[in-house]
Amino acid sequence: MLQISNLTYRYANSASIGLAVPAFSLAPSEHAIILGPSGCGKSTLLHLIAAILTPQQGVLRVAGTDVASLSPRTADAWRGKTIGFLPQKLALAASLSVRENLLLAAYASGQPSDTVRANHLLQELGLPDKANVKPHQLSQGQQQRVAIARAIFNRPKLLLADEPTANLDDASCAAAVRLLTSQAAECGASLVIATHDARVLAALPTACVLRLSAPIREAA
Amino acid sequence: MRINACTLAFKSLRHKPLSTALNLLLMAVGIAMMSFVLSASRQLEDNALRDAQGIDLVVGAKGSPLQLILSSIYHIDVPTGNIPLAAQAQLTQNRMVKKVIPLALGDSYQGFRLVGTNADYIAHYNATLAAGKLFNAPLQAVFGAQAAARTGTVVGAQFTGSHGLARGGEEHKEAPFTVVGILKPTGTVLDRLVLTPVESVWRVHEIVNGIDVSDKEEKEAMDAERELTALLVQYATPLAALSMPRMINSQSELQAAQPAFEAAKLFRLLGAGIDVLRGIAAIVLGAAALSMFVALYNALEERKTDLAILRTLGARPFKLLLLLLTEGLLLALAGALLGWVLGHAAVDVLGRLLPDDQNLNLSGWFVAAEEAWLALAAIGVGLLAALLPAMRAYRTEIAATLAR
Repeated sequence: MLQISNLTYRYANSASIGLAVPAFSLAPSEHAIILGPSGCGKSTLLHLIAAILTPQQGVLRVAGTDVASLSPRTADAWRGKTIGFLPQKLALAASLSVRENLLLAAYASGQPSDTVRANHLLQELGLPDKANVKPHQLSQGQQQRVAIARAIFNRPKLLLADEPTANLDDASCAAAVRLLTSQAAECGASLVIATHDARVLAALPTACVLRLSAPIREAA
Repeated sequence: MRINACTLAFKSLRHKPLSTALNLLLMAVGIAMMSFVLSASRQLEDNALRDAQGIDLVVGAKGSPLQLILSSIYHIDVPTGNIPLAAQAQLTQNRMVKKVIPLALGDSYQGFRLVGTNADYIAHYNATLAAGKLFNAPLQAVFGAQAAARTGTVVGAQFTGSHGLARGGEEHKEAPFTVVGILKPTGTVLDRLVLTPVESVWRVHEIVNGIDVSDKEEKEAMDAERELTALLVQYATPLAALSMPRMINSQSELQAAQPAFEAAKLFRLLGAGIDVLRGIAAIVLGAAALSMFVALYNALEERKTDLAILRTLGARPFKLLLLLLTEGLLLALAGALLGWVLGHAAVDVLGRLLPDDQNLNLSGWFVAAEEAWLALAAIGVGLLAALLPAMRAYRTEIAATLAR
């Protein structure tokens, strides 16, 4: 599902700082945790996996595709089909209702608006009565559930979550990880969580762990 | 429920009601002014052309040629004076002249001009009767459609003319007219006139002045002094245009004015005013474009994450560009539609406010062909306002935006 070797990425705005990722591979339907301190490049690695950023070097295969070789145009279409992305900032569109936020996933990937799937997902996530409500009327936990539903709307093969447990208490943290694994299972996706939160390890003991250290600093 | 660029743009605009309303208003005011100017000026021009159609020359008393045209074709201004009756016979005998229609002005009925003429005048505008018959004796009158409707006149009714062209002149009670016919609407100046044989005008003044027509000497004296106000002339040949005006103008009492020439002069005068209005409208439209640009551009900052999320969900940068352009277009076109309706409503209100005797027939339902350009202008404004924000949306940095 995921195969990384010799992967390096250099930030465009600073020639001296780069990210080197240890070799890693993940079998289908296995889950992974990218662990490391703040600022070590966890988000960057997620962006590389999602073909939002392009690595300068190394092998990065996601669901059988050599991500680095995708052209910008094909990368967008590939991302829409393959990747579900849950950013740390939930970023639900304030002008749209909860259901419309889900349908945004279909619009973005050029699919017809599948209201049946939207209603089904809201049912699954315990929000059937919130379909026509605006996101700001929901609690933080409910908003996260909507963001998860949007991320898996297009049935991705890989669900990427960036710090999903930040600012959550222990009970909510475990619940959030359970929710992510169950939703990944719903569409048969592998789950990759980037976090500095050790509680995630405890909540997902079967996951393969990729440890990142602080980014390389080269002498100028 | 479907989600596409249009619904997304609509919801995003609705999310900011105040800014959207302001931009709609600016756009609407600009387009309203444009459509008002286009529709009203086109109607005035069309009406003017229709009223002057087939009239090559107007012969009247010396004075301002524009005044002569205004008073005898459009029935707006006061006449320049009177001309001897003999001028009609003299022109009719000219071989270059096809048609001569006499006009005797001076009296009115409830603000509508009482025009002494003959059946040729009615035939000239292809008018037909809605009721009754044409006049065939003095003191009979035929009403134009609008004059009849506004005064509530029916066939068989009697009325007295009042002296002068404005309301409130002295009434000629001794010489009542009988309404014998009412014309169907023609869309010309005829609709707002009351028509009667030329002889009526003479008779009214004979009766009013107590002249005894049975006295042969007095009648002869009267006949010698009979006058008309103007003659509408149609040429038999285009060549007449070369010699006729000069020939008439060389006679001490007469003046010949060419409607086409005078109307062009008038529209040049009006044109300056119209250009000023158009200029102001263009400035307002420019302001609308600027205001829309600022609104879209500022909103972009808080929508950046939304746009980045769309990219993570698989949207191409071009899709974001289209989304922003759609938003600008939707706003501009909605404002334009609103303004277009407002502009035509304003034309209609103006048409209703102006008194009938101003003879400016304006309707809000009239759409000038040039107004099609307004749709193009609206599209231009929308695209112009949205272009830069759309290009910025196109270049949304997903990683940097989500990392913030």
